[in-house]
Amino acid sequence: MAVLTLLARRLAAALVLLGVLSALTFGLLAASPGGPEQVLLGSRPSTAETRAAIRAEYHLDDPFPVRYARWLGDAVRGDFGVSIYSREPVTDVIADRMPVTASLAGYALLLTVAVGVPLGLVAAMRRGGALDQGITLAALVTLAIPPFALSILLLYGFAVALGWFPVFGAGETPLDRIVHLTLPAIALAGAQTAMVVRQMRAAALDLAGQDFLTFARARGLPRRRIWLGYALRNAALPVLTVGGLLLAANLTGSLFVEQAFGLHGLGALLIGAIGQKDIPVVQALVLLGGAIVVAVNLLIDLAYLAVDPRVRHGAVTS
Amino acid sequence: MRGALVTVLALAAVAAVAGSWLAPYDPAAQDLALGAAGPSAAHWLGTDDLGRDVLSRLLAGAGSALFWPVLVALGTTALSTSLGLLAGYRLGWVDALMMRIIDLAIAMPGMLVLIVVVGVLGGGYGWAVLAMAVLFTPGDIRVIRSLTLAQRGLAYAEAARTLGLRPARVMFRHLLPNLAPTVVANALLSFVAALVSLAGLSFLGIGLPAGTPDWGLMVEENRGLLDLNPWAALAPVILITLVATAATLLGDRLFETLSEGGAR
Repeated sequence: MAVLTLLARRLAAALVLLGVLSALTFGLLAASPGGPEQVLLGSRPSTAETRAAIRAEYHLDDPFPVRYARWLGDAVRGDFGVSIYSREPVTDVIADRMPVTASLAGYALLLTVAVGVPLGLVAAMRRGGALDQGITLAALVTLAIPPFALSILLLYGFAVALGWFPVFGAGETPLDRIVHLTLPAIALAGAQTAMVVRQMRAAALDLAGQDFLTFARARGLPRRRIWLGYALRNAALPVLTVGGLLLAANLTGSLFVEQAFGLHGLGALLIGAIGQKDIPVVQALVLLGGAIVVAVNLLIDLAYLAVDPRVRHGAVTS
Repeated sequence: MRGALVTVLALAAVAAVAGSWLAPYDPAAQDLALGAAGPSAAHWLGTDDLGRDVLSRLLAGAGSALFWPVLVALGTTALSTSLGLLAGYRLGWVDALMMRIIDLAIAMPGMLVLIVVVGVLGGGYGWAVLAMAVLFTPGDIRVIRSLTLAQRGLAYAEAARTLGLRPARVMFRHLLPNLAPTVVANALLSFVAALVSLAGLSFLGIGLPAGTPDWGLMVEENRGLLDLNPWAALAPVILITLVATAATLLGDRLFETLSEGGAR
């Protein structure tokens, strides 16, 4: 029963968040100088009639609440309107750009987990040693480097100076794509990996003093078995919590990384749409971003329920 | 270690205050015959594609690159500290309302909102600074509030209340000094976040008009020159990273030092 109440509350909060987010962007775009008629007409001369026709087509003369309600009604049914700039349905435009961003994010996530978890665990196992100090300092420094700065440094070092990787684009064949996306994925994964390392190390150290680990040691189990078999599983909980943070970093980080490496993904689409005042596209992308964050946070809550029986039985109210 | 960190930040501060006078050339002066040239005795960091001196533009841009983040850090810290103290000390409906709003604000994809707000409204750093103060404050309020909750039950806080001191006096004269390590660390973290976010916005071409001497904008404008004069893009990248890293590490150390002598 406690589980259902928790889920219902989280779901309600998620809906409120998406509502506020969409109303905010919608209001902002409605209030911004230069409407769609300027985008469509550009500097061409126009008569009062063409302007009126455009305003009528996009219902620009209706009051704000009416326009928002109409947009919301359509959006709920999966219709996000037509891009003002390209005249194609917004869902098509987004579906077109999705694969690049999705593969970039997936690649980065893979790197983050594959590098971050073992490094954090090793740092905790060798606590206070030279290796631990090195890893901790490296993580702190990496955390401070913004993704766009890391992108430029990688681009210069490995693409321009060494020539190991291509400078531009996303590649055509699958193998080509992996090669093209390697540097961008590293740039995107940098700060996230640092976050995971720090969290993993702290979680593992937190556990080190626990009775069940002392007991495992007392039984004479090998160190590898103690850390991988017992500590890692329990340390997974707090690390899971950073998952939400990681995703937010992933979403915004890919904006910068796509810009730096000339990738035509969702980030590049958003930047372009903002410049062109392409309201339907911006609106849909912001809502998509919000929806992804909300969905992942819900999934993390569910994972908590699955992994930790204490949460399931309501002993811990999170 | 700490000496090195303070030196980096002090040098950055000097460049921010006196950058325009220290610049060897006019940061806007073009010399098209000398476009995208590598480092030389005349131009230590070379020139960009319009023949402008990279070193001069870096020095001229230091002011805005550092001034606005300092402003954001001060504003965010003042706001979050007073609101966090208020919520944690007063509790009741003030606290409940504030926590609801904060839960909502923290769940927002902050950078996305920032990019859309500044991109749509335009107009330099003004909106960006305001939006960042709104976006950074909620997380800090939550931290300050939870620390206040822990402090308000301690004997010295009870004693101050029993003496009949006004709540404002208890909060700011008695509780606040015990929160100092966190407040200082928060301020430095906000500074770093603002520095990186503003540079990032300029890098996306959002916020500032083209041609402004600004570190983030220099990276964006010169990243096509990585093969001709890499320093035009690498130098601002290195400066942003150096200042951000120094401030982060200093915040980390200060927090540890201050907490050792504190109540905990």
